[in-house]
Formats: sequence, structure tokens, C-alpha cells
Amino acid sequence: MTAELFIQYIFAGITYGAIYAIVAIGFNIIYNTTGIINFAQGEFVMLGGMISISLLEYMALPLAIVAAVLITMVIGALIEVVFIRWLERPSVLRMIIITIGISILIREVALHIWGESVRSLPYFIGDEITSVAILGARISPQVFWVLGTCTVMVLLLGLFFQATSIGREMRACAANRTAAILCGIDTKNMVTFSFVLSAALGALAGCVMSPITYSQYNIGTGLAIKGFTVAILGGLGSSGGAIIAGLLLGIIEAFSVSVLPLSFQEAVSIAILLLILFIRPHGLFGSKDAAGLKDF
Amino acid sequence: MKKYLAFIPFFLFVVTVHLLTSWTDTLYYLTQMTMSAYYCLLIIGLCVVMGYAGQISLGHAGFFAIGGYISAALTTSNLIEYRDLPLVRLLDSMGMLMTGQDIYGDTLIVITPWMACLAAVILAILLAYLIGIPALKLKGHYLAMATLGFGIIIYRIVLATPYFGEADGIAEVPAFVLFGDISVSGDFSSRVSNYYIAWILLTLGMVLLINLIDSRVGRALRAIHGAEDAADSMGVDTTAYKLNVFVLSAVFAALAGVFMTHYNGSIGPSEAGVMKSVRYVAIVAVGGMAHLWGALIMGITLNFLSLRGVFGTYDDAVFGVILIFIMLFAPNGLLRINFRHVATQLLFFRRAGKKEA
Repeated sequence: MTAELFIQYIFAGITYGAIYAIVAIGFNIIYNTTGIINFAQGEFVMLGGMISISLLEYMALPLAIVAAVLITMVIGALIEVVFIRWLERPSVLRMIIITIGISILIREVALHIWGESVRSLPYFIGDEITSVAILGARISPQVFWVLGTCTVMVLLLGLFFQATSIGREMRACAANRTAAILCGIDTKNMVTFSFVLSAALGALAGCVMSPITYSQYNIGTGLAIKGFTVAILGGLGSSGGAIIAGLLLGIIEAFSVSVLPLSFQEAVSIAILLLILFIRPHGLFGSKDAAGLKDF
Repeated sequence: MKKYLAFIPFFLFVVTVHLLTSWTDTLYYLTQMTMSAYYCLLIIGLCVVMGYAGQISLGHAGFFAIGGYISAALTTSNLIEYRDLPLVRLLDSMGMLMTGQDIYGDTLIVITPWMACLAAVILAILLAYLIGIPALKLKGHYLAMATLGFGIIIYRIVLATPYFGEADGIAEVPAFVLFGDISVSGDFSSRVSNYYIAWILLTLGMVLLINLIDSRVGRALRAIHGAEDAADSMGVDTTAYKLNVFVLSAVFAALAGVFMTHYNGSIGPSEAGVMKSVRYVAIVAVGGMAHLWGALIMGITLNFLSLRGVFGTYDDAVFGVILIFIMLFAPNGLLRINFRHVATQLLFFRRAGKKEA
């Protein structure tokens, strides 16, 4: 493998890896406040991309993206209020099935609105063939948009959880729900916030990745599984772990193409998921004892 | 004997459907009824895993596809070029091969459906153990994701492997001769006999599972579902019970796949799709989780409607909506729904106060 090709693969890997990390962080936010895995997480990414593409007819690109993110946030809030808020202590099995149902519903609605066609947003700068040369490899500027946006999102998220009162209340809710209620925190609202927040993250990721990866009504399931793989690999609930694990999975996946046919790419990342689940269900960085206490 | 009483209306229903369709000259309904029965074979197996052992599996379409694809591939791949190989001669001398003709009239030498079926079931058992031993140590989300992952891998493999026909699947699967003149095939002339074959198989499956859950195994499973740690401390080998039930359900799914493939004469990758697995879970949920007859009734009804194309392009959406509504308002199944409770919930958006099942 030449050095150029190697760098090309690395960049492809970290681009996808950044997206997986964002999906994984979306999982973590909801998992931390509710203890459930939202199987519809990948649909937020799909909705962000699809809505912004549709809105592009009526407004400029930045506006369309902002509007798409806002609409997806509203959808995230609606999902929580309509389907989840009023259930009292639902079993894990019940929550899994409900969120799977929600993801099917969103996907089918998307299919009826947008059809099966593959769409994409235009490149933010230049077009498909614009590229920047790095050590001999040719990288699309959109890759930097993806990486930049993901970095900014992660930094802002960290700031949000550390510095704002809502962020601190959400962390309190994650640490100990009963204690948070006793401190006067409205934990139900925190759950809604967590859905809104992870919808926003997913939608924005869906917008910036759209020019490179394209958007279609059914991309959600694959993203959700890979995002989940990353969330587990990095230790469920840990954002820092998710970023490292995301980049790792993205790079492995990118290099798997040089060994196996492209059509097996998804099978590779899922096989990794199964291996992790079977060997280290607490993740690469998590503690086994802490994981044993969690109620999956 | 009480547990067998439910079979009386069941047999009456099966015969009535046959008589009604033959009087009204609508025998074509029997085709969908036959297919529904095969799907139900998978569903009642899954029902024991989900309802009684309390383990979710989002990968059962994978086992169905293993059954169907292995059977289809072995009974259609022509061994005529390899007939001088020792292995092929050995198979031949053991009566495991049969000859046939393809649509161009060329001679085919293929493995008999019985042997292919055996191979499919053995593979399903092996894979079920392979996936089940580590996966059943997981709980909740992890188990759901692991089985979902397994299903997607199977889907990706059949979709990307030329031996399994890639996106086209495998067609021209020969009839499965059970004994004498009785065979599983999509031939119009044998539609009625196939209808009864499917329902007899389903009956056998039901008898087996009803006896299973009425036995020591069933009580152990219910104990596991109720409180796994408690069952464990009472000396129930929870891991072994869960694993064996999972493997049994995989065998049911593989057999369903084998028979369905011979009945249809073909199989395609959509049978391995995630939506199929989700659909089976939805049907078990609608039937009431720990309720074999409920799963059977809902399995027949929903599959029949779906196969008749009643849901049109909203087929998948219907099953998504069913999942959500059952889990929100009737986690104990449609047959045990408490309408007053649901009405109050819907009207006032009251929180569900009842204890979780």
C-alpha cells in the first residue's frame, strides 16, 4: 500500500469515525438520563440530512441546515413526550421494542415523503472534485467540515454539561435520579432535553455528512448499529471513549475495504460489535465492576 | 388433557377454511394460509424464547434464512461435474443424491431435500449455539443488539455471496418429497395437500412446545423470566435453559425456512432482512408474549393479511405501529388488553400505574 493510499484510507476512516462518534454520543446522552438505548438514534441523522435537502429549495444552505436541525429537535421532543414520558418504570424489553417501533415508523414516513431516491446536499465549499493535497493524498474540503463540526459539537457539549445549569442538572439526573428528584430537579424534563439534544447532534451530523455519504430514507439502521458498536466499545455512557472508539471503528472499516469486498463492509463492523459484546461488554475503557451494576 | 382442548377449535378452523374456500371456489387463499402456517412455526418458537424465557431475539429471520438458503443451495447446485470425486460418490452410495432436470432439459445431480434439510438444521443448531453461548450472557439492550447484528450479518452474507444468488436469491428449488406421493411444492394440484402438511407440521410444533412449557423446563423458564437471580439461587441452571430454548427456536425457524422455500420454489434475501425479524417480534408481542395460542392466532391473522397485500405499501409501517401501540397500551398482548385502562390512559394521558409484566 502506498503512503498516499494509506493517508486516503485514514482520512476516509476518521470522517466516518467522527460521524459514528456523534451517533454514539447521542446514544450516551439518552442512556445517561434514562437508562435506555434509543434505537431510533440513527433516524435523527437521516432526518437531518433529508429535511435540509428538501428545505434547500426555499432557503440558503446555512439556513436550511439550521431549520433542519430545529425541526429534528422538535421531532425528538415529540417522540419523548408522546411515547416515553408517561410510562412509569417501563421494563428494558418494552423500551427496546418501543424505540425499534419508533425507528420503523420514522423510516416508513420518510419513505413515503422522500421515496427511495438517494439525495445529497451540495458540497459546502467547491464541488465533488475540489480537493486539498495532504502528503500526496487528495482530501475533499467537506471532510474538514465534518471533522470541524464534530469537534465543535463535542467541545460545546462538554461546555454545556460543565457550565450551564441545565447541563449540570442533566448530569445530576444521570448520576443519581432519585437524588436529583430530591434536589428539586424535574427529571422528566431532563429526559425530554436529552432527546432534543441528541436529535440536534444527530441532525447536524446528518447535514454535514450528506455531501459525502449521501442521504437515503434507510441509512438510519446501519448508523444506529455502528453508533451502538462505538458506544459499547468506548464504554456505554462515556463521551471521551466514544470519540476514540468511533475513530477506531471508522479506520478499521476503511481498511477492511482493501481486504474484503465493499459489500461485506457492514458485516465487518457488526462482527466487531459481536466480538466486543462477547468479550468485553463493558468496553475497551470501561470498568467491568461498574458495568455489572448497570441495568441494561 | 385440558391443555389439548384448544386443538379442537383449531382443527375445526383448519378444516372449515379448506371447506369454505373449496365451496366458494377461492382455493387460492390456501396458498397464503400455508405460508402463514410456516411463518407461524417460527413465531411459536420465538414466543417461547421471548415470552417464557424472557430473552429478545432480533435475529430469527437469520435462522429462517439459514434453513431456506442451505436447503435451496444444496438442492439446486448441480454436482454433475464433480460426480467422480470420492465425496460425491460417497454421498451417492448413501442415497443422498437425486437426479433431476433443469428447465433446459439438462441432467442435474443434486443433494436430496431430506439431506439438505438435515444439513440446514445442523447448521442452524451450530450457529445458534455459537451465537447463543456468549449472547445469552448479555441482557436487555446488549442481547437485542447482538441478535440484531447476527441477523444483519446473515443478510449481508446472502446478499453478497454469488453461491446464494446475491440479490436474486435462489429459484427452481425442487419439491420436497416427504413420503410416497406427498411432497412440499408450490404445484397448484397439490395445494390442498400442502395446506394440510403445513398445518400438521404447525400442530406438531404446538404440541411439542405446549408440553415443553408445561414441564419442568417450562416452570424453570417462567422462574427465569420472573427473576433470573432468584431462579439461579434456587438451583435452576438459567444459562443452560435459556440456551437450549434459544437453540430449539432456531431449529423451528430453520425448519420453517426449509419448508417455506420448497413450497415457494425459491428464496430471496428479503427473507433474511431485519424487518422480518422485527415483524416476528411484533407478532409475538401482539399475541401476548407468554401466550403460544395468542402468538399463533396473531401470526396467522397478520401474516395472512400481509401476504394478501392488505397493508399495501404500508406493510412495514403497520408492523412498526403495532409494536409501538402494543408496547404502550397492552404490554400483555392484544388478547389480554384492558380496554378501560387504555381508554383512561388515552383520554387523560395518565401514567400507566399498573406494575410491569
